[in-house]
Amino acid sequence: MSPEDGFEALLDAEEKVEPADWMPDGYRKTLIRQIAQHAHSEIIGMQPEGNWITRAPSLKRKAILMAKVQDEAGHGLYLYSAAETLGITRDEMVDLLHRGRHKYSSIFNYPTLSWADMGAIGWLVDGAAITNQVMLTRCSFGPYARAMVRICREESFHQRQGYEILIALCKGTDEQRAMAQDSLNRWWWPSLMMFGPHDSASTHSEQSAAWKIKRVSNDDLRQQFVDMTVPQAEYLGLTIPDPDLAWNAERGHYDFGDIDWNEFWSVVKGDGPMNRERIEHKRRAWDDGAWVRQAAAAYAARRETAATA
Amino acid sequence: MTEPGGGYRMWEVFVRPRRGLSYVHAGSLHAPDAETALQAGRDVYSRRGEAASIWVVPSSEITASDPDDSVAFFDVIDKPYRHATAYEIPDEVGQM
Repeated sequence: MSPEDGFEALLDAEEKVEPADWMPDGYRKTLIRQIAQHAHSEIIGMQPEGNWITRAPSLKRKAILMAKVQDEAGHGLYLYSAAETLGITRDEMVDLLHRGRHKYSSIFNYPTLSWADMGAIGWLVDGAAITNQVMLTRCSFGPYARAMVRICREESFHQRQGYEILIALCKGTDEQRAMAQDSLNRWWWPSLMMFGPHDSASTHSEQSAAWKIKRVSNDDLRQQFVDMTVPQAEYLGLTIPDPDLAWNAERGHYDFGDIDWNEFWSVVKGDGPMNRERIEHKRRAWDDGAWVRQAAAAYAARRETAATA
Repeated sequence: MTEPGGGYRMWEVFVRPRRGLSYVHAGSLHAPDAETALQAGRDVYSRRGEAASIWVVPSSEITASDPDDSVAFFDVIDKPYRHATAYEIPDEVGQM
């Protein structure tokens, strides 16, 4: 069997492709781009929430938020490792991110203006991420699928702690309810944008589906997310900021309004409210940490010399 | 032939029952080189089709934590909030 046929046979049999297997160049490139972007999203995603650690309303909420941000770092590391099995180095990926050649999820280019945003991010942003990541546990590339299983197991805590923050606010004072509503107003549409362009406008979707990297379309995932989330908003007594949102009994799904694609593309292209700040902060953290990496390497080298001497 | 202990080294064997799963540690064995360790790993740890593929790693290459230090080393015991079950979510909003 030729390598090409072997690869196709794996996909047909619903088997995983592993790093040592032959794979088409495009498959490898697509996965490197996607997994690196996913890893960068976890890493950049620490910033909007890190912003509230020192201002969490109680010691308990602070400990929870730190644990969550720590998880995001861990998720980034699982994913960088998965990408590295495809032949790119971590330094290359970090460099591509810092030079703006690699992207990360646009959702993290929005600011976190109130404590309620910690709730909305857990509930909506992690909720949307989970919808996507549950699908990716069935991705054809073994290391990515396995990283997703691990991540999904940990994400449930993220979503639940967010929703619990909002329950507390919505059972609170008028001001607290208003804060929760304001947060939903700001995060709803960017969360729907997380699923990417319409299927008709998505450049990579068809090939990714054929390679069994992406197994559900952007629009179907978005619909799944909306159907799941509307009752959760109702329970909180919050109003989703979409006048066109309505149950469609015939389809068995919620209809919802049009996404502002101009906003979507402008944030993707770098003009969101926080794009520059996020990357500047990331670069600064990397540069400020250079001495730690150098010291660790020097110490390891010295120990090795001592051991062989 | 070299006697065990004279030129043989210890290897750790990791097996995976089928593609797509992680390799899991199965046990150790003695072998003079990597190729022999692979064959011995198959014979010792997969006589009943337990493995679709295996890894062998020289035991000396493994750095391990001390099980007696587990409480100090893994300080997660007092952090129940890292678990999803630490949060009260009403049934009517569906699975989360």
